[in-house]
Amino acid sequence: MTGGGPDDGGTAGTGAAGHPGAGVVVDARGLACPLPVIRLAAVARGLGPGTRVTVLWTDPAAAHDIPAWARMRGHRVEADEPGEAAPPGPGRTSVLLGTQDGPAPAGAGPS
Amino acid sequence: MYLDAAGPAPRHPAATQAWLAAEAEGWADPRGLHAEGRRARLLLESARESLAGSLGCRTEEVHLVASHTAALHAGVLGLARARRRTGHRVVASAVERAAVHEAARSLEPDALTTVPVDALARVDLAAWDAAVRSPGVAVAALQHANGEVGTLQPVPAAHATAQTAGVPLLVDAGASAGQVPLPADWDALAVDPTAWGGIAGVGVLAVRSRTRATPVGPGDEDPWSPGGVSVAAAFAAAVSLEAVLREQQEADRRRRDLVDLLRRRVAAEVPDVDVVGDPVERLPHVVTFSCLYVDGETLLGELDRRGFAVGSGSACTSSAQEPSHVLAAMGALTHGNVRVAVHHRTTADDVERFCDVLPGAVAHVRGLAGAAGL
Repeated sequence: MTGGGPDDGGTAGTGAAGHPGAGVVVDARGLACPLPVIRLAAVARGLGPGTRVTVLWTDPAAAHDIPAWARMRGHRVEADEPGEAAPPGPGRTSVLLGTQDGPAPAGAGPS
Repeated sequence: MYLDAAGPAPRHPAATQAWLAAEAEGWADPRGLHAEGRRARLLLESARESLAGSLGCRTEEVHLVASHTAALHAGVLGLARARRRTGHRVVASAVERAAVHEAARSLEPDALTTVPVDALARVDLAAWDAAVRSPGVAVAALQHANGEVGTLQPVPAAHATAQTAGVPLLVDAGASAGQVPLPADWDALAVDPTAWGGIAGVGVLAVRSRTRATPVGPGDEDPWSPGGVSVAAAFAAAVSLEAVLREQQEADRRRRDLVDLLRRRVAAEVPDVDVVGDPVERLPHVVTFSCLYVDGETLLGELDRRGFAVGSGSACTSSAQEPSHVLAAMGALTHGNVRVAVHHRTTADDVERFCDVLPGAVAHVRGLAGAAGL
């Protein structure tokens, strides 16, 4: 199995890690589930609230698992801003760290 | 230790006995015009009569087919065929079995309308109402319970809407028959003998006499099941369902206690776990949870190595490469999914031992993926 430790985040960053507002990109293309979420979590650990992390993926499970991870960790999935180079949609999910309002939906979290 | 009884349950002793007896007595072709054929026919007819009694319908409303999948296909296609002048569209919840979705798509690529579910996997009734009332709907299909996560669906309310709209409702009770009392609110009902400990090789589709349904396929003496079905499997299905229903109340209390214990210990002792499905309105024997950062297949292998056979919620989807459509529709984590289902032989000690082993197994798999401490 491919490693996914904290120093092996797979960042192909467009901005400096840890600066709120600056976008960070995690390239998880070609990785099978659950590795895209593990890479994302490893990168997110070193970043502050308000940072936007965009994950590029090819495994379709990531489309569901990144939002589920965000819910469990108190982050928020964001719609991509218009006018960006790569269009939003399949293969690309952005998360805004640490800005989820309120608790997870009733019954959706650990009971 | 077998804790995967949400797929095939271990055979009920009554099923094995009935199967052996029917094999000895009813081996002949039930269509045969001789004493041997009559004996087989009698067994088959008594099986249908018994199943009708257990399901709350009339004998002539019970059709025996080759499997549960075949029953769902025949139900969707047979109801749709009878209403083809109305339209070809099929309304079904997003968390139905793949067999229902695939049968609908086989009518026309765009025939299927899926209705979303909430985070507990319960169908959105307002969206259901709107979909069922829209023009051109031939059939509506809703499961009684979701076999992957255990959530019970609001079948009476969904049926009331369908009736108002004049659309027949097919209820898939494959996961619930023999586990919880069945609803009476259906026009067609499919149940799965292997799920209550019967013998594989037969499925059951009941269609109310008032409901129009036309079997699809070349003409045959038995149009619902061309060539007939296994007499012994049908007889075993009927006898074991009677036995399971007699034991249901006692079994229900025992299994709910085991499942409550599982839900409590898993949520408390495994970090970053999403226990999914309705905690109350649910099947009494199934618990499903997803573990963050865990590869489900690796975890199942690790648990197997430690002596525990469990299932994964994604096992019964049509293509194993895709994430579970049920978990996805709920917004639940699709990876690291484990489904534990207890049965009549599972004890509290079994469940405690599983809960003792699980946190270590999860931690081990997370460690392999370099996800410890994330």
